[in-house]
Amino acid sequence: MLSRVAESVFWMNRYIERAENYSRFIDVNHQLSLDLNEEVPNQWLPLVHTTGDYELFAKKYSEPSPVNVIRFMTFDEENPNSIFQCLSKARENARTIRENISTSMWEVLNEFYLYVKDYRKLYLETNGEHRDTLSMGLSDFLSTVRKSCQSFYGCSDATISHDEVWNFSLLGRFLERADKTTRILDMKYFILLPSVHDVGSTLDLLQWLSLLKSASAHEMYNRRYKKIDPTDIAEFLILNDTFPRSIIFCIQEMQEALEKISGLKEGLPRNSAQDATTVYLNKLRSENIKSIFDKGLHEYLDDIQIELNQIGSKIVERFFTN
Amino acid sequence: MFIADYSAKNIYDEMFSNEGFPRKSYDFVKTKMESLGGIELLKRSSSAERALMSLGITFTLYGDGGEQERIMPFDVIPRIVPSEEWINIEKGLKQRILALNLFLNDIYGEQKILKDKIIPRDIIESSTGFLKQCIGLKPPKDIWIHITGTDLVRDGAGAFHVLEDNLRCPSGVSYVLENREVMKRTFPELFEKLNIRQVYDYPYHLRSMLENLTDVSDPVIAVWTPGVYNSAYYEHSFLAQKMGVYLVEGSDLVVENHKVYMKTTKGLRKVDVVYRRIDDTFMDPSSFREDSLLGVKGIFEAYKRGNVALANAPGTGVADDKVIYSYVPKIIKYYLGEDSIIPNVPTYLCSEDSDLKYVLDNIHNLVVKAANGAGGYGMIIGPKSSKQEQEDFKELIKADPRNYIAQPVLNLSTVPTLISDKIESRHVDLRPFILYGKDIYVMPGGLTRVALRKGSLVVNSSQGGGSKDTWVLG
Repeated sequence: MLSRVAESVFWMNRYIERAENYSRFIDVNHQLSLDLNEEVPNQWLPLVHTTGDYELFAKKYSEPSPVNVIRFMTFDEENPNSIFQCLSKARENARTIRENISTSMWEVLNEFYLYVKDYRKLYLETNGEHRDTLSMGLSDFLSTVRKSCQSFYGCSDATISHDEVWNFSLLGRFLERADKTTRILDMKYFILLPSVHDVGSTLDLLQWLSLLKSASAHEMYNRRYKKIDPTDIAEFLILNDTFPRSIIFCIQEMQEALEKISGLKEGLPRNSAQDATTVYLNKLRSENIKSIFDKGLHEYLDDIQIELNQIGSKIVERFFTN
Repeated sequence: MFIADYSAKNIYDEMFSNEGFPRKSYDFVKTKMESLGGIELLKRSSSAERALMSLGITFTLYGDGGEQERIMPFDVIPRIVPSEEWINIEKGLKQRILALNLFLNDIYGEQKILKDKIIPRDIIESSTGFLKQCIGLKPPKDIWIHITGTDLVRDGAGAFHVLEDNLRCPSGVSYVLENREVMKRTFPELFEKLNIRQVYDYPYHLRSMLENLTDVSDPVIAVWTPGVYNSAYYEHSFLAQKMGVYLVEGSDLVVENHKVYMKTTKGLRKVDVVYRRIDDTFMDPSSFREDSLLGVKGIFEAYKRGNVALANAPGTGVADDKVIYSYVPKIIKYYLGEDSIIPNVPTYLCSEDSDLKYVLDNIHNLVVKAANGAGGYGMIIGPKSSKQEQEDFKELIKADPRNYIAQPVLNLSTVPTLISDKIESRHVDLRPFILYGKDIYVMPGGLTRVALRKGSLVVNSSQGGGSKDTWVLG
């Protein structure tokens, strides 16, 4: 497969995964704000921190009001990571590699893009500042975004050969997903409780719960653990090797995809992207949640992000440039 | 019902005779449309448009309102070519391609046709499509023009004429195939009843034609596109997808040891056949235009050494120079000893003094075109232009007579077309696609382009033209 195509497939999937995560972030925060009886100050700011786009946000908007954050993350043309921008770029990538994907995949993505584009137009025209519009239409919109991402994945799974194109798709998707899961977990670091006495309070638990929901992990977590507990949640989202959004699961998938791309079995000469992934996977497998908390969860999550970036650059080096 | 109000007078209409009766080939379609009624027809038309939009068969307009994505306007009333007429068209097109190919072989070879003074040498040598670098070149199987899109028009009496030959990178075939898919969804009942000749296998014909260009078994084939910003990019990726071959850009290719390779995730891979959708002179900065950023250094040399096949062969542009077009009947006679089956449109050559004088005196009655113009650019339609425009154009002609030809304004035939909520007559042309591989294959039908503005004769999509599905029956 052409290097250029591999790169586009990789990014197409990253952008779709990103859009899906953003839609969940916003929705969960929105739901949370409906649950809270009293207005909690700065409830929306952590979201911007989580996505790593705080600087851009601060440059454009005077305050982290719900309206501003939501607009920034959904429809802002200048935010390269807004849902609208992710979709535009995913579709542009798809357009350059159309001969490598199925018509039904293209149709799903194209219709999805047109939907977001039309909705954005409507939102901007009908004055999205209005609180009612925001509350009523927003959840439907975000839910359609999530469903469309899912149907894109489902459609890829069922309509293209599980060959290189497919494996580069997985690589992009799971690299992005692992990154977003670290950011979801880190969200709690940015959400300050009114006072230290509130640790373990209803508000605290509500926040941890919303974090689980942000990772679509609420139900699966409940099947495994009996109560909401920060340590258990972190363990589930980092080290559970059967949950598809946990860090370790994502790395496993990446390792497998790389193995298939290279066509090399363990023990034979390997490439650096594969090496880095395997080494890191083994490290994660030897980890336990106590030592992670001892080190400090926020610091540990930072390390994961650095590790993911390194794997990412090795993939670029090995496959996309020649 | 609104088709009853339709009238097309003093013109050859594809659907109705001058007496206002539907032609035999249109009988069923006309009855069906009447029974559907106007509202249903409009409904189906808008659902066809939606389908094209969600398939992403669009082009992007950049203007004051920012970026706008549009579908190429598509009209749901089909254009029908009766099979008895089609037989003749098919024969005529094959004859033309055969002769033009022999011509190219000769022009870049022995140049007998010039020695026999059938065509003046300076006309060839002054053609921008004539590439000196191709002299002495022997393309695989002696075939130069693998893919042709020939533009046909009907005159006022209903006779088909060749308007121009497109022998370089003719586009539009993807619209033919997509329009057909949409029409099948839109009017299934018509397809059930009529025996419409299918076109879906074009990509297979194209692929086997490309395979025919090499002796390598299981060859690596690529469609070469200038990139995603090219207006025909959709078609390039469409064809690559339907053929199941690679779509490459110049930057994906590299030449080493006079062989062409593409850059893959597993290193370099040799490419055997390239269907290039990029102009001759942009192909290789080391042989042609040095400033080409789209090209691949050394690909022409690799081609000359027979290490890669290119379709169409470089140099074919000389045969679709509009001046050389006027010699095609002589070319057919010279190489095949036959009269041309489909006539040319009468053409005046500004390079000839008597013709030049006539053109300058009668510009208000003529269409004048640049010899190498395309897409409706570099031309003037006399009767539709102002005095000033005519004077300005005369200066252009006088400055470079070799570059201009003139033709009488043809009263192109019309087809009923849905315009907002009415059916009106609009002018059309027809571009069938011809493949020259082991045999010559002519796609039954082709792209019918519609001039959507009332009375306009310009059908080019770059000038706001639309398209219709074309049916050859039986």
